[in-house]
Amino acid sequence: MRIVIAKPGLDGHDRGAKVVARALRDAGHEVIYTGLRRTPEQIVRTVIDEDVDLLGLSSLSGAHAFLFPRICDLLRQSDCNDVVVFGGGIIPIDERQPLFDSGMRAIFGPGTKMQEMADFVETVAKMSTAGDAVGVGEGGDWTWSSGA
Amino acid sequence: MADNLLSLAQSGDRRSLAKLLTAVENDEVSHASLEIPVRQSDGTVIGVTGAPGVGKSTLIEQLLAKWTDDGLCVGVLAVDPSSPLSGGALLGDRVRMDSADDNDSVFVRSIATRNHPGGLPTTVGLAADVMRICGYDLVIIETVGAGQSEIRIVSVADRILLVESPGRGDEIQAEKAGVMELADLIVVNKSDLDGADRAAAQIISALELSDSAPLVILTSSKSGEGILELAKQLLNLPVRAGAELARARERLLTAWDADLLSRKDINEVLESISKGQFTAQEWVKSKRG
Repeated sequence: MRIVIAKPGLDGHDRGAKVVARALRDAGHEVIYTGLRRTPEQIVRTVIDEDVDLLGLSSLSGAHAFLFPRICDLLRQSDCNDVVVFGGGIIPIDERQPLFDSGMRAIFGPGTKMQEMADFVETVAKMSTAGDAVGVGEGGDWTWSSGA
Repeated sequence: MADNLLSLAQSGDRRSLAKLLTAVENDEVSHASLEIPVRQSDGTVIGVTGAPGVGKSTLIEQLLAKWTDDGLCVGVLAVDPSSPLSGGALLGDRVRMDSADDNDSVFVRSIATRNHPGGLPTTVGLAADVMRICGYDLVIIETVGAGQSEIRIVSVADRILLVESPGRGDEIQAEKAGVMELADLIVVNKSDLDGADRAAAQIISALELSDSAPLVILTSSKSGEGILELAKQLLNLPVRAGAELARARERLLTAWDADLLSRKDINEVLESISKGQFTAQEWVKSKRG
């Protein structure tokens, strides 16, 4: 799978994003890292130009509640309904449902095992092939229940 | 479907161009199936090569800014290595190219080598041709960080820019043979660092005796030195004499490799060789008959 790992907003901490990028690389995927401080528009442009299957968003600054749904909206407006969006970082449990409602399929918190992320991508790949609704604009209520 | 994508991509739809490039990368389309001619060398596809860390991506960003200011549209194919073990790749060239994310005259596509030999996927030539036919005036191919003998890039690029940097001292002498002989232009980047003048002087003296020595320019992405000169010279490079045979050789090897790797039984062959059932040489000999 081709995957973009992105850092939206002003958050300057990308250790986690780089570890995830590396883990997904080791799981056999082609991972494009955007670098720090990207706008939602820039991230959507990267998703389009690189024609990726998944987009992973990392935020540790508390801006996820605004930025993540905004990116999901822009993806749908750009006709990228089949792109699967997941997130990670410091995202309190009670703030996750609105993100799922905005079209995200998984949220990974601190302590997530690398293997779990790889399993998630694997599952998404299978569901996509089977024609199940997993993309950001495909509806359905499937989400990945994360251990962390 | 690819036909439709091509016409949409030609009308400027980025998503269609992106999808088409995916089809190219996955070897699902060809010049013939897309009904586009194989492009003749005209100086518009420029290969940028050099060792890891010499500043290729950052230098390309400087060129993108300059050329798009001048009204040109520029495509970039940024190649990074795939893991020989997992097959995965971390593609990070975009990080240093700000134009990639918001300049409408720029289209950057990251490409993994997918373990094609020579560090250059065989599909890159078609990808460059597709970008050219979709309205991009220039296409830059950034190679994986390459050493002295990785010259596969000459099989697809019309002109070669070799990027060097100071502080690689004695290695420069050792690199006289190889890619340096095929470069159409050499830059010594990071000219703001100590030793840049000396590195440039060494390169010039190493190439002095050849018939058509390439131009050597000092550049710095930090101070901007030499960038305008480089942007101008790259558009006016003459064809370098003497490199035609080397180009033809690399094209032949590329075609040969592609043919070999697309064999249906390639995985079984690899497995047998790795298990020691026969050696690679024995297998090649048996095929030659």
